[in-house]
Amino acid sequence: MIEILRIAGAALWAHKFRALLTTLGIAIGIFTVGVVMAIIEGLNVSFSEQISSLGSDVMYIDKRDWFMNRDTWLMTRQRRNIGMDAAAYIRERATYISHVSPRIYQRTTLKRGDKSLEHIATIGVAEDMAVISGTDLTNGRFISIADGHHRKPVVVIGDAVREELFEWEDPVGQRISLSGRKFLVIGVLEKQGQMLGRNMDNMVYIPAETLLKMFSRRWRNITIAVKASDPALLADARDEVEGIMRRYRKLRPGEDNDFAINQQSSLQEFYDNATRMLWMVAIGIGSIALIVGGVGVMNIMLVTVTERTREIGIRKSLGARRSTIRWQFLVESMTVSALGVLVGFLAASGVAVFIHKSTPLAARIPPAWGLLGVGVVVVVGLIFGLWPATKAARLDPIDALRYE
Amino acid sequence: MSPAKRNSVSTDPVSSNGLISFRGVTKVYDMGKEQVHALRGIDLDIQPNEYISIMGPSGSGKSTLMNIIGCLDTPTAGRYEFEGELVCDVSGDSIERMNDNELAGIRNRKIGFVFQTFNLLSRTTALRNVELPLIYAKVHRRERLERAREALVQVNLDDRADHRPSELSGGECQRVAIARALVTKPSIILADEPTGNLDSVTSREIMVLLDELYGQGNTIILVTHEAEIAAHAHRTIHILDGQIDKDESRPADD
Ligand SMILES: Nc1ncnc2c1ncn2[C@@H]1O[C@H](COP(=O)(O)OP(=O)(O)OP(=O)(O)O)[C@@H](O)[C@H]1O
Ligand SMILES: [Mg+2]
Repeated sequence: MIEILRIAGAALWAHKFRALLTTLGIAIGIFTVGVVMAIIEGLNVSFSEQISSLGSDVMYIDKRDWFMNRDTWLMTRQRRNIGMDAAAYIRERATYISHVSPRIYQRTTLKRGDKSLEHIATIGVAEDMAVISGTDLTNGRFISIADGHHRKPVVVIGDAVREELFEWEDPVGQRISLSGRKFLVIGVLEKQGQMLGRNMDNMVYIPAETLLKMFSRRWRNITIAVKASDPALLADARDEVEGIMRRYRKLRPGEDNDFAINQQSSLQEFYDNATRMLWMVAIGIGSIALIVGGVGVMNIMLVTVTERTREIGIRKSLGARRSTIRWQFLVESMTVSALGVLVGFLAASGVAVFIHKSTPLAARIPPAWGLLGVGVVVVVGLIFGLWPATKAARLDPIDALRYE
Repeated sequence: MSPAKRNSVSTDPVSSNGLISFRGVTKVYDMGKEQVHALRGIDLDIQPNEYISIMGPSGSGKSTLMNIIGCLDTPTAGRYEFEGELVCDVSGDSIERMNDNELAGIRNRKIGFVFQTFNLLSRTTALRNVELPLIYAKVHRRERLERAREALVQVNLDDRADHRPSELSGGECQRVAIARALVTKPSIILADEPTGNLDSVTSREIMVLLDELYGQGNTIILVTHEAEIAAHAHRTIHILDGQIDKDESRPADD
């Protein structure tokens, strides 16, 4: 076996350049799949980190589903907005729910002195949001019941906002202007990082009632975030919330819901679908490249066998069996494809490292893929090497020796 | 040094310890329109430690005969036994023959072939070339190297072990080929015009070497066009048109 490897190595070494060219197809196949894999792996890591911040035990009651096609969007256009009173309605009745908070989104401009931040995500919430979102404060306190009740102009700022407006100063107790109104900074949130490409620290929380008063449109649609008291009873909590909402909306049995309950898992589902597509494209391109590469390997092996007919004759005259000759050429074709895998893998790893360094994406190639690479070597090398190798093995010793 | 049996007579019936036995061995090449009769019913017996030369005009079938003896080729009719084992028996429709692996095994262990054109692997050193049959015989690496070096010593080329064929002279190449042929300690060494590509001085060196090997108890068959070279052997078979024309034995005269 070692001898066979040595012979194959020597034969390839004699035609280094040709061998390298041949491996290109396989290398490209492995490279494509490798890079996509690295990216997906990176996405997976950041996605799971990110959506865990949504909380798997948190449900969002919205007018619409997060992900829907055009038809359902048109259908749901007629739905009524969800209002603040729904939050109170749920809070009073739910038993499987520990925390309830409205969530109202608004873009505002923040100013402090001569510094100004535009288009800052400003989210109107109640005191329960601290628990629901799971974010801790580095400083100060969160919005309280009283803040909401009195529609106080108080604000809890994200880390990015703190950095922009205050740098090294302590923001708590300071005042900033929020769309022209003076707000008192009462708390600073811990750094959150990115989520789905958005900087989660570039935001502020204010009391929901304050937000509604400032940007008053009477029947503004809001989202209600609820947290299950026991994550194990999430399904029960969902059923209960659904029932409460149906009662709130006075729906008759058999009537469709005119609201939606969204969860982290619906995001997960959407993500899974998206990455599945990416996978299929990668595998498609990869397999085409592998087949092209494999045919290249076969071609080069046929040329090699013809070129080395005399050598085969000599080996046979010295007592090499058919199986020995076949193995010799199979090992050679597998070595060529191994070379391709190696080149493709190294290139893909290089790109993965580059992505990792230059973007927030933690791209990497999982080690299990090394095994797959080996599998590809064996399969491509065997399948596409089999015919040339068998051809070599079947050569008649005398004919082969006479071959010029 | 030389066993007594070397003058055994070819007309003896097949003896139990015969090395090679041909009965009616025929080779016909079917070229489509015409058939080429390379061998027409050869009967031949060879005993261990014979030194045989085969002579004959070009195209008479010498190489064909050698290739069949060497199990590189198979007859289209006739019976061939090697060391009492049936290699092949073709008569009419019934064919009985060794399978490919058995033939490879015989080539590997029992036969040492020396070709006119040397047939060395060009990118491989002399030592590795000599090692090759031992690799196929699955001899262990250390023993293999030892025996390959020994064989090179025998042909006086141990100082060229690491040279490639392109760095060796024709005579040296043929000595490497002889070392390769004898490294497996075969039952018979077949040399098809071993001096055909060499000048007379180098030819003489090769013949000295073959004589030596014969003296050590090897069996040798040698194809040649030159009477001077054929004279080294103790039995000369003349082939004419695919048939044995003359089979002469001479007493030892060295
Ligand atoms: N593969 C083949 N196909 C067809 N005919 C062949 C083949 N090999 C040999 N022959 C024919 O068989 C005959 C015997 O050939 P062979 O090579 O045995 O002759 P030879 O005695 O060795 O000649 P030389 O002295 O020139 O080497 C020749 O007529 C040759 O043309
Ligand atoms: Mg010939």
